[in-house]
Amino acid sequence: MTSSSLALPLRGSRALRDHPLVERYAPVLTMVLALVAIWYVAAVAMNWSLVRDGFEREETPYTAADVLAGTMEAERPLLPAPHQIAYTFFDSVFGYPPLAPRSLVYHSLVTLSATLLGFLLGALFGSVLALLIVHSRVLERSLLPWIICSQMVPVLALAPIFIVVLGALGLHGLLPKAIISAYLCFFPITIGMVKGFTSPDPLQLELMRTWSATPRQVLWKLRWPASVPYLFASLKVAVTISLIGAIVAELPTGAEAGIGARLLSGSYYGQTIQLWSALVAAAVLSSGLIALIGLIERSVGRRMGAH
Amino acid sequence: MDQRKLRLGFVAATTALALALVLPLAPQTLPLPAHPMVWPVVGAAGAFFILAALLSDQRATIPGLAAAALAAAASLILLDDPAVAGSARAGFWMIVIACWLSAALGVINLAGTCRVRGKRQRTIDLLVPLLFGLTVFHLWEVAVRGFGVPPVLLPAPSSAATKFVYSLPILGTDFVQTFVRGVLTGYAIGCGAGLLVAILAHRYAFLGRGLLPLGNFFSALPLVGVAPIMVMWFGFDWPSKAAVVVLVTFFPMLVNAIAGLNAAGHIERDLMRSYGATHSQALTKLYLPAALPFIFNALKINATLALIGAIVAEFFGTPTQGIGFRISTEAGRMAIDMVWAEIALAALAGMAFYGFVTLAERATTFWHPSYRT
Repeated sequence: MTSSSLALPLRGSRALRDHPLVERYAPVLTMVLALVAIWYVAAVAMNWSLVRDGFEREETPYTAADVLAGTMEAERPLLPAPHQIAYTFFDSVFGYPPLAPRSLVYHSLVTLSATLLGFLLGALFGSVLALLIVHSRVLERSLLPWIICSQMVPVLALAPIFIVVLGALGLHGLLPKAIISAYLCFFPITIGMVKGFTSPDPLQLELMRTWSATPRQVLWKLRWPASVPYLFASLKVAVTISLIGAIVAELPTGAEAGIGARLLSGSYYGQTIQLWSALVAAAVLSSGLIALIGLIERSVGRRMGAH
Repeated sequence: MDQRKLRLGFVAATTALALALVLPLAPQTLPLPAHPMVWPVVGAAGAFFILAALLSDQRATIPGLAAAALAAAASLILLDDPAVAGSARAGFWMIVIACWLSAALGVINLAGTCRVRGKRQRTIDLLVPLLFGLTVFHLWEVAVRGFGVPPVLLPAPSSAATKFVYSLPILGTDFVQTFVRGVLTGYAIGCGAGLLVAILAHRYAFLGRGLLPLGNFFSALPLVGVAPIMVMWFGFDWPSKAAVVVLVTFFPMLVNAIAGLNAAGHIERDLMRSYGATHSQALTKLYLPAALPFIFNALKINATLALIGAIVAEFFGTPTQGIGFRISTEAGRMAIDMVWAEIALAALAGMAFYGFVTLAERATTFWHPSYRT
């Protein structure tokens, strides 16, 4: 552990260096700052020739400083500078009424609704499947290999035909997207819940048997509480996956609303800053959802007496 | 499964077959005894059913499955008759029900057999999911052709398979474009870079403490969203797909490999110290081998992610080949059988890839407790 404290580049007193907050956040902060610095350098390097060509086309005299300033505020840069993305993000979040089609809040809500519905369906389906697998040896041995195979099928490749087929059946809008994200996110939940339902050790199961508990009582009083930590761990994985599913499901239909639609139109019209701010919105959504699940996990844990 | 239920099931299957002899197969065709090709097959299936019902214990599995196969064959032969396909009636569905019931009973019986030693157990373990899959595919085929589902909605597996065989050259170029160039290149670079950075992060604890939260954060992001940006930077051809795959695979490998490198126990570390091992010696002899299970875990996760990443990147622009490109254009032209052929290709490639990683894992981590039973 000595090498770690030596590597800290802070010059302050020893007490400050060993302060738990510093010890915890200094490395992360350094990494983030380094990333931002690298980003700015990359933005200058990648946009340089673009901006210079612009000056040359207009045949105005320019200096290196002009080009440098230009790379920071180009309209369609190859790589926008972080402050440009931040500005556009805040502008499109707070600059318009939340339901205007130019507002990022509106697009995020569209994607979020599909994500949540798909997540709910996937979580239900995944848990029920896990329950069946735990209770039936036949299903475990015949179904589980196919569930694993189903994840080897690049499910996102199914998205376009799925939407075509459901559209032909008269289903539009939210449901096809939700079904795709449900298909994507049920797998981690099934696997996690099978692990969770089988996590009580033989001693506890035998105790239940000495009390002559019915299978249903074993499920509700032992297996289900024991599987809660596994449930939350797999829910955190699944919620990101279902967000990915909802975004990708918006691509093949050329949907007019949603984060995926923003990505698609941004890439069609070369609106790089719009593209990046849509990505930031997706990142905010996914970390927000994960944080929310973490909060629920903590309160459930408290109520169950974990802490 | 107890004997009475088993006997009841096989008797029900026999009854269904008997009903198939009298009920109409389809509006414009004669009942079953008029088909010289089919009724001997159905009769043989019935005989096997009666045999299975008489035995109704472990020995009933083989006649039951044989009867299921015969009934399946009969239903497929009947579907070749244009009068039956698309407008099948009760008699036809009775055959399908008998087939499905006996297949289910056979699989349940097989899965319920007490565990036997060695090779036979492995065959049974393989046979159970295989039979289950075959039944599902048969039901899909029969339902699509019997009800006459328009192929635009859902093609029969046989027509997708035919399309697969006849368009092998196109599938071959798509496979090379998407899988060999895009996925494999990106996978190798992404996983390699993730492992290298993890080794650095393990060597320098400051770097590790900074990178781990960032890696966790980034691996939870919907990173496939960068696909349009990568297409903008690296052009339409495979480098942009490989770049997406690199990004998607990098962070899971980083996080898992850091966890794995820290998995070596205190006693082993102290042993290395007492031998006076240099860091590179300790790395190759202790830390990396101890991290192998974690690294393979990441390799397996990445095998799925990589294929998805490459296919999604192709939705944003490709040269006129590649699995994702073909899927989106053929779906636009309503050539759904071609789409399913491409999906089958992607699934086969993905399973082969995953299987290969698993085999490599078995070969290199044979010492791990989970493989030493």
